[in-house]
Amino acid sequence: MRLLEFQAKELFGQFGIKTPKGKYSNNIEQAREHAKELGFPFVIKFQAPVGGRGKAGGIQVVKNQDEFELKYPQVAGMTIKGEKARAILLEKMAEYQKELYLSLFLNRSKRCYTIIASGEGGVEIESVKNQTIREVGLGDVSAQVAEDVAKSIGLSGNSVSDFVEMLQKLSKLTIEKEAELAEINPVALLKDGSLLALDGKVITDDNSNFRHTEMDKYQEKTELEERAEKSGFTLVELDGNVAVVGNGAGLVMSTLDMLIDNGGKAACFLDVGGGATTESVYEALTLISKMKKVNSILVNLYGGIVKTTTVASAFIKAYDDKLIDLPVYARLMGSESDKAKEMLKPTKTKMYDSVEEAISGAVLGGTKNG
Amino acid sequence: MANIYEILRGTKDSSGNYQRMPVIVQGITGTFGSLHAKMMMDYGTNIAAGVTPGKGGQKFEDKVPIYNSVKEAVDATGAKISIVFVPAKFFLSAAKEALEAGIKLLVAIPEHVPIRDTMQVLEMAKQKDAIIIGPNTPGIMIPGLIKIGIMPASPFKHGNIAVLSKSGTLLYEISNALTKAGYGQSITIGIGGDPVNGTRLIDAFEMVKDDPDLKGMVVVGEIGGDSEEILAQHIIDTNFKKPIVAYIAGRNAPKEKRMGHAGAIVMGTYGSAESKVSMFNKANIPVGKRPNEVAMLLSGKMGSKD
Repeated sequence: MRLLEFQAKELFGQFGIKTPKGKYSNNIEQAREHAKELGFPFVIKFQAPVGGRGKAGGIQVVKNQDEFELKYPQVAGMTIKGEKARAILLEKMAEYQKELYLSLFLNRSKRCYTIIASGEGGVEIESVKNQTIREVGLGDVSAQVAEDVAKSIGLSGNSVSDFVEMLQKLSKLTIEKEAELAEINPVALLKDGSLLALDGKVITDDNSNFRHTEMDKYQEKTELEERAEKSGFTLVELDGNVAVVGNGAGLVMSTLDMLIDNGGKAACFLDVGGGATTESVYEALTLISKMKKVNSILVNLYGGIVKTTTVASAFIKAYDDKLIDLPVYARLMGSESDKAKEMLKPTKTKMYDSVEEAISGAVLGGTKNG
Repeated sequence: MANIYEILRGTKDSSGNYQRMPVIVQGITGTFGSLHAKMMMDYGTNIAAGVTPGKGGQKFEDKVPIYNSVKEAVDATGAKISIVFVPAKFFLSAAKEALEAGIKLLVAIPEHVPIRDTMQVLEMAKQKDAIIIGPNTPGIMIPGLIKIGIMPASPFKHGNIAVLSKSGTLLYEISNALTKAGYGQSITIGIGGDPVNGTRLIDAFEMVKDDPDLKGMVVVGEIGGDSEEILAQHIIDTNFKKPIVAYIAGRNAPKEKRMGHAGAIVMGTYGSAESKVSMFNKANIPVGKRPNEVAMLLSGKMGSKD
């Protein structure tokens, strides 16, 4: 899962990585209390899983109560890159001489963890210059390696030992929480030479969630996404009106790609897993019936060992049960497809021989329905 | 590294036929394991033994002996190949047991294996000079000879095209189209949809590239990681000349969302489809916009070859 800044900082705190004093809130009443506690000035920070918040105006300095009353609702009401605020973080400011970059991330191709550090932080990783890169196996960073990295990014004096401590703590966090990425950007180099984590981003391995129940509170999933997961599906909700369903991640992604290439807008990505049974397709239709913006359903199933008639009966049952009344544009690959087509004739489900035809059907149908 | 073809088909006997190499199924009595053990047997794969702790002594389908441990199964059959169907949280111990017992090719079917577990297994496989396919893979097959995985048989036909794929259903879909277009497959390797793969695209490429019967290759990638980019660079560096075409799924996927596969996630620009497509283009590998375009692109490439 991808942790928000304040959540990442909560973890940093548990592992002894220093962060500025801060408090997060979900409404201005709460925040007023925090403001009193922290004292002016401080920064207001928009909390959502997006980068570039500063540029978009999601991070604002507040010097007094009037500014606070004006800016808090402003920031809380913003939408940045399509994301609304999950919370607002109030945080004390630090005077620093320099911003550094530090992360530990799983290099998938090299199949090892990698330290990336730089004496020039505060920008997105793609633009971070003069990177020091070190491979560290399963993520354990020795004091010697950490010290080498510190020196390579130009640190000296007490900053070196501070950096070694920070990096080793980040390494401990990465290993214990099974993170794919643990990033501190920027690390502030304070005037006294000590270091402070000004921002944080942590992405953990979802497949390890079962042994990290302590992290459940950070899980951000809609009710439907959660229900989908229980059925062994993957659901990603999107902004459009055509629900995209299929079996197998690659196949559903490719269907989504083609739909969007043809001017369609997807309401969701729904992968029902490798197999497709009457039950799984019926459950998929149940999930879709609960989505508000959907006006049609695009289905792409590659049934290697499944009879298409089995899948067809799921649609018929869904109409009979009045679960859905939406048009379905389906490409069902598998045996007995002529029989399945015949079965579906009296329904609102149209069956096509190719996914391309099903997509044109969905796109044209969508415009017709307005 | 051990030669994949030798592991899968041994050497030819006096009448020119390949051996039917024995395969062990770990988790043969589970719903999924038994279904696919049966389907592999129907395909002609020599399922020589099953392993389910506590069920040793029983028989699967009245003929395949079941053992309590991989070691016993290996001792009895001499198998070097195992396919694993255990639930994800038991994968680490099942894989360790197999490698300890001398398995040289481990096909890891489970989805949702934690990355750290996979990394530990890979570390051990390296020491034992063993090949891991997966996890979260449909498996590996030489059409017409051996199928070790959960793929349906119908899309595949023996031929000269190697298909390497991160996605299961797209592997079936694209192979089916290739078969229809007259391009059978020499081998198909499911890389798997996880962030960390036992056999990466570049490893799979290395496994198949020297096969004298190979006439072309299809690479099916998807968003996430940079294994497509690394493969493309490798193809440029080694000046590999046989025709290759590709497909990349997830061009229109939103960022920082996992799209069904644990590995299918774009972080910043790391893992983006644009990066993969542009590297493939640089390597002179055409990338289909639709899965159905792939066979056509391959035909174009094969035709243009002198």
